[in-house]
Amino acid sequence: MSEQLGIDWIRCDAHGLCAELFPERISLDEWGYPIIDGAEIASELRAHAGRAVAQCPVLALRLVGRAG
Amino acid sequence: MTAATRPDATTLPRLLGGMGTEVDLRPLERHLAHHGDLPIVVDPGRPDQALLDEVRASGLGGRGGAMFPASRKVDAVLSQRGRPVVVINGAEGEPPSRKDHVLMRGAPHLIIDGAVVCAALVGAREATIALEQSARREHRALEEALRERAAWGHDDGIDIHLETVPDGFVVGEERSLIDALNGGPGKPTHAPPRPFEKGLGGAPTHVQNAETAAQLALIARHGAGWFRSLGTDQEPGSALVTLSGAVARPGVYEIPIGASLHDLLVAAGGLAAPVQAYLIGGYIGTWISAREAEGLVLSNAALRPLGASLGARAIVALPETACGVAETARVAGYMADQSAGQCGPCVLGLDAIAGGMERIAHGDGSQLADIQRWLGLVAGRGECRHPDGAAKLVASALTVFEDEIARHVHARKCTGDGTSVLPIPRDSRTGRRA
Repeated sequence: MSEQLGIDWIRCDAHGLCAELFPERISLDEWGYPIIDGAEIASELRAHAGRAVAQCPVLALRLVGRAG
Repeated sequence: MTAATRPDATTLPRLLGGMGTEVDLRPLERHLAHHGDLPIVVDPGRPDQALLDEVRASGLGGRGGAMFPASRKVDAVLSQRGRPVVVINGAEGEPPSRKDHVLMRGAPHLIIDGAVVCAALVGAREATIALEQSARREHRALEEALRERAAWGHDDGIDIHLETVPDGFVVGEERSLIDALNGGPGKPTHAPPRPFEKGLGGAPTHVQNAETAAQLALIARHGAGWFRSLGTDQEPGSALVTLSGAVARPGVYEIPIGASLHDLLVAAGGLAAPVQAYLIGGYIGTWISAREAEGLVLSNAALRPLGASLGARAIVALPETACGVAETARVAGYMADQSAGQCGPCVLGLDAIAGGMERIAHGDGSQLADIQRWLGLVAGRGECRHPDGAAKLVASALTVFEDEIARHVHARKCTGDGTSVLPIPRDSRTGRRA
């Protein structure tokens, strides 16, 4: 089971914190909404991903399991 | 008991059979004389396995647009704990589509039969048929049909309710529909949970589109083999199409999936004027040039290589006298207005795209490259597929109407005579900033 970042688009308010905390996989579009690089998150990046998820002020960012 | 003769499997119409200007199937007597009795009994709490096998064998795909296998929706509901309920989705918010309305108005008993079949499949005790507020005639037809069944002592074995939901494009999306029925604003909710997990009143909910329900009512009567004798192997059965634009007789037609566009046009009395392009799949569909549409086959398999799909099968023939750029700009504006307003990329992206298209329609091509980028930024970045659909439509317009765009931008000319072909509901905001 690997993990991937997912966004609850209804919650997301373009605070942009996630891109600051996890620039390896998250950038922002011109309106400030996250653009996720869907590549698998290697174990050494797992902590960064977890921090971005935890710090999202509206809890819109999730780590979701993916089979395989 | 009424025993109608089993209709010839390869004869159309099926769903629209018995409906016409003079004869209609609103009276229960006529409905039963035409279609025969529904040979199933709902046993609440006990899903009808034999019926489900038949539905699975039929290969029926959801006729709301996604063509998702009807039997898999049943499987999903049956995988859940709790007492399931049924919702029939009669909300047809797509302006160029009228097929569900025509069916509900002309053959309300077939829709109700479909609700009964949907209940039997999951062992539900109740079914709700949902219609948008403005569908007053359809509401009346279904209400009268329910009254008539009660007066005849025709026991369906379940409770059937009619419910009204707000008008709008996204209300027809099943999570929005459930949200509206649950007293919410009728907007997509974050998934999971999906309606099969937690739907109407929190119950596992078996949702099927109105036309799909009617198809199920016929499969329950005539079987999978009968159903599959029309259509293609991958996409079996017949389907309703709403044809409008430059055709002699616009309206709702029933075709075998895999029929040619040409045959459909012939059935509609031919073209009323020379046509430059066809919109296939409504406002979340794709423009296809008249040249590319020669020999076009109406199945998802045939449309896929063109980047198109049947969707809810709204087809519009755009006459040469109309401007594809202006038409697309208007629809893009409408689709932006119809965003549920919940997801940033949809709200901001569709608005930007619509504004850019409006500029092009007025001869200003400065945002053409931006539009291309925005199209990439809205697809797949919302809770529902509304932005994806709108983006697909605009993207196809940029290709199909490339010459017309160049004419607007470089020569400040428009080949259109100002005719508007694509319908936009009156209450929608118009006249966007340009």
